Amino acid sequence: MNRKLIALLLVLVMVFAFTAVNAFADDDLIKVGIINLDPSESGYRQANVKDLNDTFTKDNGYDATFVTAPTADKQLEAARAFITDEVEYILVSAAETTGWDEVLEEAQEAGIKVFLFDRMIDCDPSLYTAAVVSDMRLEGETAVAWLESLGLEEYNILHIQGQLGSAAQIGRSDPLTEKCEAADNWNIVREGTGGDSWDPNEARKIAEAAIDAGESFNIVYAENDGMADGVVQALDAKGITHGIDGDVIIMGFDCNKWALEKVFSGEWNYDGQCSPFQAGVIDEMIKTLEAGGEIEGLNELNQIISVEKGFDAMTICRQDILTYGLG
Amino acid sequence: MKKKNSSSSGLGQLLIPLVALGILIVFNLFRDISFFSITMRVNNSGNSVLAGNLISVIDSASELAIIAMGMTLVTAACGGQDISVGAVGAISGAVFVKVLQGMGSITVSSVIIGLVLCCLATIVFKLFNGTLVAVFRIQPMIATLILYSCGRSIAYWINGDATPQLNSPIISSIGMTIPGIPIPTPIFAVLLVGLLLFLVFRFTSLSLYTQSVGINANAARLNGINPTYIKLVSFILLGVCVSVASIIGVCRLGQLNHKTLLVDIEMDAILAVAIGGNNLGGGRFKLIGSILGAYIIQMLTTTLYAMNVAPVNVKAYKAIVIIIIVVAGSPVVKSKLTALWNRIRSGGPQNAQKEGVS
Repeated sequence: MNRKLIALLLVLVMVFAFTAVNAFADDDLIKVGIINLDPSESGYRQANVKDLNDTFTKDNGYDATFVTAPTADKQLEAARAFITDEVEYILVSAAETTGWDEVLEEAQEAGIKVFLFDRMIDCDPSLYTAAVVSDMRLEGETAVAWLESLGLEEYNILHIQGQLGSAAQIGRSDPLTEKCEAADNWNIVREGTGGDSWDPNEARKIAEAAIDAGESFNIVYAENDGMADGVVQALDAKGITHGIDGDVIIMGFDCNKWALEKVFSGEWNYDGQCSPFQAGVIDEMIKTLEAGGEIEGLNELNQIISVEKGFDAMTICRQDILTYGLG
Repeated sequence: MKKKNSSSSGLGQLLIPLVALGILIVFNLFRDISFFSITMRVNNSGNSVLAGNLISVIDSASELAIIAMGMTLVTAACGGQDISVGAVGAISGAVFVKVLQGMGSITVSSVIIGLVLCCLATIVFKLFNGTLVAVFRIQPMIATLILYSCGRSIAYWINGDATPQLNSPIISSIGMTIPGIPIPTPIFAVLLVGLLLFLVFRFTSLSLYTQSVGINANAARLNGINPTYIKLVSFILLGVCVSVASIIGVCRLGQLNHKTLLVDIEMDAILAVAIGGNNLGGGRFKLIGSILGAYIIQMLTTTLYAMNVAPVNVKAYKAIVIIIIVVAGSPVVKSKLTALWNRIRSGGPQNAQKEGVS
């Protein structure tokens, strides 16, 4: 009898404690679920994850849960968990552009607002509140335009693609493949991919395979800095020169600090910028919504596009590395 | 080739790998003789390097060859394989990078300290595996499954900075070529590890002890050999091999990626041991067989590259060839072939006589 009483008392205390903790946790903090890719993906991702971690803090008024998942299915799983957990906002950088409609609809029904960052998703713009992204296609077009401005006689390109199906890969690949189809003197000698990754080691293997097969190319179009570096390692090992005075033109994307250093020293020829700093913009938008305001400055696709540049080895200066270099 | 088969005492085990290597060489001779051409080129850093498919085979197989040697020892002593070599390699690379970063600057002495500490750390992890296998008598594959699945997470934990870069001429000297020496440095690393193991076997009875433990641990114990000790030693030597291989891997790319460093190398290493004609159930072993096995695997990969097969598709083609090699080396096929050879030999002279008469 006595024991039962004590047990009952304990249960009551526990229930009270839980509600108290919950009430404390809910204390004005905005509950956010953030789905990102794995930081080991690239230097870009490291900068991106760090930026989010630094912005969505308790001190800044957020109760944020971070999930880093490298593949689409794990990301979708995380999104469903966030919906069940009744977060107020979900932030997503999608591994793949497709397959999100259903989850986004569920989120909308649950009254959760979704923000896309870094990478776009192929769906109706009404399914997300805003997308703070880079125009990956514009990045690709800028790079191809730069390449064209060199006025080479022959463009024999080793094309290293990133994670297949990601917005970054599609956006950076399409302008190049279109140009190669249109122009007679533009050829893709060899096309390779990191498959499900942006792995420099895969890029190195693709380059080694191309060189072993006796292919000759004068341009390496790698879709991120790490992969460009992997190719350069293979070129160095095989005794093929590259950069300003070399036989092969090296192009990368993302503007990691170390990569810009290589552009500056003339080992590489070009690096395209891709800004990983979206957290501040999203933070501001959420604060506006919480204050009852409306988000302004979105285009017809509900996007806010980061302004980006490309850096040429001939014109880059020290200040560019300090201002735009990641890491 | 047939002669080697008949004198099965020394070369018997090496027959299959030698024949496989021979076939690959002949195939490439007929396919495109330029496969064997080697040229001297000057790269961006102004260093002369030897380039050519053969050089890439010997160079790229280095990590695999080194790990295959260690794997052979563990296989021989424990009758099972360590499948955590890739994951522990990632840990070992992470330790190496962490030490270099902690020392501030990359100098020859800091690299040597990094190498020693990385080697010690790897040995600790391998001893963990070794203890489970030797003391607790857990099946090697199950015991090493633990580090196989969590090793890369540990590597990430050691070095949270996802892909740290190591930019230094010393690092590229280890991963590529030392200025003035056109031969890739990893090749020397293979020779060094090979020499080290050769000396160990030459001046100790480890080789004999390992074989006897692998064949029958109880019999070995009755003869005064401590099986636990011998098994642990094999794991320690594997640890040394793994740390050397991981440092080569890190230096090759000039960066550490805990997810892709030495990824999938455990399967290739086990395969190299099998192609080398070693018994995967333990006992007799030949290091040279495993080393040959490693070069065969890489020769196959490079040949496929040269035939314009994309790196993502290489694994499928490789699988087909490897099935053939492994089946050819299987006991069933071997005994059938031996029987066939004996019949031909006994029938041979008669046939020759008949031919002579007619």
